[in-house]
Amino acid sequence: MNVINLQNVSKSFKRKHVIKPTTLKIEEKKIFGLLGPSGCGKTTLIKLIVGMLKADLGEITVLDRQVPNASLLREIGYMAQSDALYTALTGEQNLEFFAKLFGFSKSERKERIQYASTIVQLTKDLNVPVSSYSGGMKRRLSLAIALIQDPKILILDEPTVGIDPLLKKSIWTELERLKDEEGKTIVITTHVMDEAEKCDHLAMMRDGEIIATGKPLEIKAHYQVQNFDDVFLKIGGGL
Amino acid sequence: MRTLALVNRIIQQLRKDKRTLALLFVAPLLVLTLMYFIFDSETSELKLVVTDMNERVIEILEESEFEIFKEDYYSIEQMTKDKVDGWLQNDEDEMVLTLLNDQPSRSSAVKMLLAQTLSAGNMAANPSIDTEYIYGNEETKIFDIFSPMLVGFFVFFFVFLIAGIALLNERTSGTLERLLATPIKRYEIVAGYVVGYGLFALVQTIIVVLYSVHVLDIVLEGSIWLVLLINILVAFVALSLGTLLSSFASSEFQMVQFIPLVIVPQVFFSGIFPIDGMAEWLQQLGKIMPLYYASNALNGVMYKGFTFSDITLELFVLFIFAIVFISLNIISLKKYRSI
Repeated sequence: MNVINLQNVSKSFKRKHVIKPTTLKIEEKKIFGLLGPSGCGKTTLIKLIVGMLKADLGEITVLDRQVPNASLLREIGYMAQSDALYTALTGEQNLEFFAKLFGFSKSERKERIQYASTIVQLTKDLNVPVSSYSGGMKRRLSLAIALIQDPKILILDEPTVGIDPLLKKSIWTELERLKDEEGKTIVITTHVMDEAEKCDHLAMMRDGEIIATGKPLEIKAHYQVQNFDDVFLKIGGGL
Repeated sequence: MRTLALVNRIIQQLRKDKRTLALLFVAPLLVLTLMYFIFDSETSELKLVVTDMNERVIEILEESEFEIFKEDYYSIEQMTKDKVDGWLQNDEDEMVLTLLNDQPSRSSAVKMLLAQTLSAGNMAANPSIDTEYIYGNEETKIFDIFSPMLVGFFVFFFVFLIAGIALLNERTSGTLERLLATPIKRYEIVAGYVVGYGLFALVQTIIVVLYSVHVLDIVLEGSIWLVLLINILVAFVALSLGTLLSSFASSEFQMVQFIPLVIVPQVFFSGIFPIDGMAEWLQQLGKIMPLYYASNALNGVMYKGFTFSDITLELFVLFIFAIVFISLNIISLKKYRSI
């Protein structure tokens, strides 16, 4: 079953085509990766799916509901590229604030904060102001906020940028667990090739266009290459 | 050499920042022009109403620089309505001069000119003139007139800047975007800002007003509750205008740049400087400025002892300003989320 459907979606800013007409289906309970160099339109595509931006043309549906739709915001956990945290507040206050925006009761909030902070291993640092967090801790808190409302879909924009390899690995383990045990659909963007390998499905983007889709192995087999860099090279123009 | 590299980089950066450049070169001209019109304008003629006065005196007065109005019957109510500076009448053998005194400088000008005119006309032998004041008294200082306006100004200034920068931070740090990825409604964000910062603005207003009145002994003829009410409205206008303008700024630096454009011109038109001698079209300019209404109302309540019914127009206009700015805020958030 497809939870996210894009039908001929396009978007321009000031006459520049950021997203050329794109059709894309994202399956339920899979990790879907958007791979492509910086500036290829990954973030724009993601914002279109979340409903932050409105498509010029085409149709987007998420969970069979047309985007933009206020009720969908509850089902989508979104983590932007920047950490976007209130640095003067503690980790717990940040989580509490976002939990309140989703209208949880006090006991539910406590439970959700506990759940989200355990996943990202921040329970011990919850009472420390975010301004004294390390870069990795901020990313983890950011991920915890995306998880706070227990969304069916997680949309993560470059979740592992600037994170050390160890933490990166633990975040990936967690993403896989969220997919397998909690049945979440996860969409992530990345420009790192080794992360692309770990996705169940991939869409490779360049210049606002999806140039290849499929399982990582299928794509490699189709283009007869060893790694994804070569796919971009093979299709032409290089990165 | 390294210094030159730095100089070069600064030039490159500033050339890119057209707004800062424009501000650097054009804003002083704007402010200077305003000051030119305000300080260069001649004080308008002193208006004096005369009742029940002998012909001789009237003759002398008409030759003077006063703008004289002869009336058969006149009253204090009429005087405040017409905004004449003085009213000279005969009370038995004595001359009584009633001064409006809404601007102490004009009152002393009236007194001085009257004494000069009468003594020049050889009327020195005349019985002494008894002077009465409608607003304030002979001790009224210029500070009494513009301190009410200053109270409103500081409330406006700080709330404008702090709320504007706060929302700006929320925009630049990405938290606003994240906020809008939750089911929160756009009006809920604006309402949150208005109430959240409004609370602090309220506390600030209370502190400023109480300090001005009780410690600095600024005149307060009317009700302190009205003063608080006006300032709360001022705070809301400043809050909503600050957050609205923050969407046109990309840094704190650019937010501060609004001061000469938004704050300074309002100060010129808010009653610190007399503007009644200015060109009519320039005076009209004041009527689009929130602080113009705020200072009218504050001056009215604190100095002239106005009651609620005297300042309903000003309160209403301030309220409309706030509503308009708040609505524009809600609309402008569409930039971040289409619904």
